[in-house]
Amino acid sequence: MIKLAEAESTLSSFYEEMRDQGAPRLRAAAWAAFSEFGLPSRRVESWHYTDLKIALSRPAPLAAASHAALSLPRAHDSLRLVTLDGVFRPDLSDIARLPDGVAIRSLRDALAQGEPHVLTALASADIGAQDPVLALNAALMQDGVVVEIASGTRIGRAIELATLSSAEAAQSTYTRALVMLGAGVQVNLVETLGALSAAFAQDNSALVLRLAKNARVDLVTHLSGGVEHSIRVASLLAHLDAGATINSFALIEGEGLHRRQIFARLDGEMASARFNGATLGRGRLHADTTLVVDHAKPNGASRECFRHILDDQSVGAFQGKVIVRPGAQKTDGAMQSKALLLSEQATMNNKPELEIFADDVQCGHGATCGRLDEDQLFYLSARGLPRREAEALLIEGFANEAMEALEDEQLRAYLSDRVSVWLSRRISR
Amino acid sequence: MLEIKDLHVSVGGREILKGLTLSVKAGEVAAIMGPNGTGKSTLSYVISGREGYDVTQGEVRLNGENILDLEPSERAAKGVFLAFQYPVEIPGVATMTFLKAALNAQRRARGEAELQTPDLMKRVKDAAASLDVSQDMLRRPLNAGFSGGEKKRMEILQMALLQPRLAILDETDSGLDIDALRVVADGVNALRAPDRAFVVITHYQRLLEYIRPDSVHVMAQGRIMRSGGPELALELEARGYQEYIAQEAA
Repeated sequence: MIKLAEAESTLSSFYEEMRDQGAPRLRAAAWAAFSEFGLPSRRVESWHYTDLKIALSRPAPLAAASHAALSLPRAHDSLRLVTLDGVFRPDLSDIARLPDGVAIRSLRDALAQGEPHVLTALASADIGAQDPVLALNAALMQDGVVVEIASGTRIGRAIELATLSSAEAAQSTYTRALVMLGAGVQVNLVETLGALSAAFAQDNSALVLRLAKNARVDLVTHLSGGVEHSIRVASLLAHLDAGATINSFALIEGEGLHRRQIFARLDGEMASARFNGATLGRGRLHADTTLVVDHAKPNGASRECFRHILDDQSVGAFQGKVIVRPGAQKTDGAMQSKALLLSEQATMNNKPELEIFADDVQCGHGATCGRLDEDQLFYLSARGLPRREAEALLIEGFANEAMEALEDEQLRAYLSDRVSVWLSRRISR
Repeated sequence: MLEIKDLHVSVGGREILKGLTLSVKAGEVAAIMGPNGTGKSTLSYVISGREGYDVTQGEVRLNGENILDLEPSERAAKGVFLAFQYPVEIPGVATMTFLKAALNAQRRARGEAELQTPDLMKRVKDAAASLDVSQDMLRRPLNAGFSGGEKKRMEILQMALLQPRLAILDETDSGLDIDALRVVADGVNALRAPDRAFVVITHYQRLLEYIRPDSVHVMAQGRIMRSGGPELALELEARGYQEYIAQEAA
């Protein structure tokens, strides 16, 4: 109990530090919401498989602003916007190369100036309102980037939102990005959440996507890095107007604790959402994906396809909830989560849920958990593939099933390469 | 090419093969016929090295070398190929990716240079054309959603690419209509060569009208009960397997 009090009093001191950094009312409301819940333990249903009360019993110091020059490697050809150690870094970002129609500023500036539409977009209480960790993010948000893309803007390349840590000592970061798309805008987004150093970090980030009518986002999220006991909670809040589309894929790998949570609201007719993902678990990785897709209007569609590949003592969790509100008729939903356990000690927790309050809908879900199939392994071996290579091909195929809907060839190649790197380490040991 | 001597094999403690002896020469097509449940598929799995089959006695030699201690992939690299009765579906793995992986794994094991994609594509295209395998099938995940006939044609395509020394065809005719059967048989016949042997396992004589065997062996009760020329298949077609089953009851 002493430890828990310690955690909450440290977080309270963070709030004292941040409360005057813009958006005081929004922060105060979020802090009040967080204080009411506290850090979630297993007793909170949506956090049942990830006990943050224990994991975050000792919050690391809040990251101090750093402006050190740095050269960041590039994994793909995107326009990058970098938030490093809790601070948006225009000097490390490709701002000059952004096309007309794309407006960028730091979240810190937007909050300091009290921009009303930014505050409205951030404070919308319709999604994720019940989540204490998201509330904590809103109360403590240090910085991040605000991206606004006007209707009619054409963007040839992906925009990458990179949220990275580079500190050599333990630190906490609370960052938030806001992306607002005008009607009909189409954009490829890459969300990179990673670490440049091997220091212990506690990162709480959020990406708020607001899609106006007929806008479309293709989103690739990559969570990596981490060390033993490090914590990363990455939230995605997606708000879709009529006819808007989000097509997303997330890859989780690395070490420590990673929790990705998605709160999506399909708030206009004919909106469509796809949330796919794959997890590559090794060592003691703990990877939790928890999502709530909320169909509020008729004729919406949602798809979720997740693949967990778990080796060693890694732990995977998938909780997927699809809500169909009264009146959201003709909703078409399908959710699937499959896990492959590669070791006796690996664990998977699968919990799909449907909450349907309309009568003319089509929603289904499936969850499985198993080992590599001996018939498939023998087939491949009989064609000449040594056991480990046969296993690797099957694992790759298993992960590919969640990637098939990705349209960007370059990003798909990048992700396939990540899977290959992970597999080659498995073959070589 | 293939020498099997006094082979005894148990599965889960139950003896399935009970002293099977068979010899197949290079260039020969040997047909193995017999009633259901007599261990024909077990024989094909034991030769190709599947786990779970305990060889309690006897030996299997390929070109003089005992292969029973080799992994399935090592046997494949030495030229053993099994055309499966029920080819396995592998979702998420594109057929082309699989073909490249298989071909190059065997080449690596034999110390040969790996094939580059353009060379591979050409070989696959050539083989696919004669077997009625469409480009669409090659792009799809291996065997996923393929019809019975498509799966069997894909097996023969793999055989054509891998160029085995010993090919075992396990009930390749099952589930095929007459047109598909002809395509498959033509594919097999095109691969007949002086340095290659075939073991064609079938329940019916029908397949042997298209793939003319050099020798026919009747398998029952876990053994080869009788061997002869092509005329033996016709005799079996006329008289059935009753006398071989009856022997067991006696």
